[in-house]
Amino acid sequence: MKIKETCTVIIQERIAGDVYSLWLQTEKIASQARPGQFVSLYSSDGRRLLPRPISLCEIDGARGRLRLVYRVVGKGTKEFSGLSRGDTLDVLGPLGNGFPMEEAAGKKIFLIGGGIGIPPMLAAAQALAGNKEDRLLVMGYRDELFLDKELAASGNLYVATEDGSAGVKGNVLDAIRRHGLAADMIFACGPRPMLRAVHEYAVDRNITCYISMEERMACGVGACLGCVCNSTKVDDHSRVHNKRVCKDGPVFLSTEVEL
Amino acid sequence: MNTKVQIAGVELKNPVMTASGTFGSGEEYSEFVDLGRLGAVVTKGVASVPWPGNPTPRVAETYGGMLNAIGLQNPGIDVFCSRDIPFLRQYDTKIVVNVCGRSKEDYCEVVERLGHEPVDLLEINISCPNVKEGGIAFGQDPKAVEEITSAVKRVARQPVIMKLSPNVTDIAEMARAAEAGGADALSLINTLTGMKIDVERRVFALANKTGGLSGPAIRPVAVRMVYQTAQAVGIPIIGMGGIATAEDALEFILAGATAVAVGSANFRNPGATVEIIEGIEDYMARHGVEDLGTLIGAVH
Repeated sequence: MKIKETCTVIIQERIAGDVYSLWLQTEKIASQARPGQFVSLYSSDGRRLLPRPISLCEIDGARGRLRLVYRVVGKGTKEFSGLSRGDTLDVLGPLGNGFPMEEAAGKKIFLIGGGIGIPPMLAAAQALAGNKEDRLLVMGYRDELFLDKELAASGNLYVATEDGSAGVKGNVLDAIRRHGLAADMIFACGPRPMLRAVHEYAVDRNITCYISMEERMACGVGACLGCVCNSTKVDDHSRVHNKRVCKDGPVFLSTEVEL
Repeated sequence: MNTKVQIAGVELKNPVMTASGTFGSGEEYSEFVDLGRLGAVVTKGVASVPWPGNPTPRVAETYGGMLNAIGLQNPGIDVFCSRDIPFLRQYDTKIVVNVCGRSKEDYCEVVERLGHEPVDLLEINISCPNVKEGGIAFGQDPKAVEEITSAVKRVARQPVIMKLSPNVTDIAEMARAAEAGGADALSLINTLTGMKIDVERRVFALANKTGGLSGPAIRPVAVRMVYQTAQAVGIPIIGMGGIATAEDALEFILAGATAVAVGSANFRNPGATVEIIEGIEDYMARHGVEDLGTLIGAVH
């Protein structure tokens, strides 16, 4: 069930360059949310018509809290970054399908994040039960690290940076190779070139790979068909080679979408 | 208090409908609003066969509005009849099916097929700015408007609403052409053709380069066109273009619209349609208006 509610800011802080962390007190959304889902945030300014889709970084269902970690990229996110404790914000969610957590149970899994695709991997890592050693968190940053302490607490963290300032110099696959890592399954979120490379890595090794996709959205609920991605087979709902990122996704098997 | 209105002999419980393309076939928004509260649900355009639509990005926000270039993606009339119509029929609301096509024959095929379906009204989209063939090509020439209208009317078993484009010099001329072709009602406006450029990346915001502008930014243009059309024709008008509140809807009604449609406002507020219905009722109570019909075209 999707809910639109007015949420209250618990705390907001800048955690790196233009990356912000926002904890929200929700009434119902957090208790229903799963890793890999997202919420839509509404600007208080009516000139900004469309909601901003933001992934869930941490989910505290028991206390009704959500942590959103996002990058300021325009006027909408700039507005959100100015909110502080006690301010309110209209939120719609939880939206999208989320990662198939049951399927990952008992498996050795790669959680791979790139850039602002890193935050949802923390929610996934925290929700996976079992041996911490079975969760291989491979995160690719441009330069400055963020969420690294939280990630390290929920799995074995391997870092890659483009400038080599931390971890392996290069990308997430460079980090996997350098450390000689292997797993039975992949959850990944990040820029399209990273997803493409991760998909190819998974196909070569014949392991199941779920990726979280991103696209410009309008409604966020599957009605407007703004945010489609191309599917490898004719989709049952659209009857063409299109899937809705907001409703059928954002998480897809890497083999069911065109990268 | 009477909020009922009539469009070509079809009675709507209130004048608030959804604008085609912003509400799917109702299913996605049924989680937020009781579809039974709406005057009518207008579906996303449907063609004779599935259409894949345009590449992404398909949407972009603009000042007080948005651009879209979906390109009429739709699953085709077969799936629409077996899945979407039965879903909507569960609710006590009228069903308006928006029809799109690349040729006169395409439109007629879909219209004929719908003749045997439990739908109340047909809305013919001759005004989509985002497809190369069909759509707007039919909507910018009065002869073509009249021709396509009369062709559709010959095969239609439900009343026909022609959806007009604002991307014309004289909207009244197009409205008169549709009326001459036998249209039972008109809906306007479709989106205004627009463009946005991302100056940092130096690329078009939409893969299609151009898109249709909607949202509050276009409302004064839409109100003006509804007013001009109401002066020019005798058939009912469904007004739309940037309606987000009851006040906005009433502007259109006072300008001459019999009913109104809510479009991109659904994206900002999924409950917008029902809030507008309640707001119209409040307005009527506040102003002692017994019958909504007395407000239609009251400012002239």
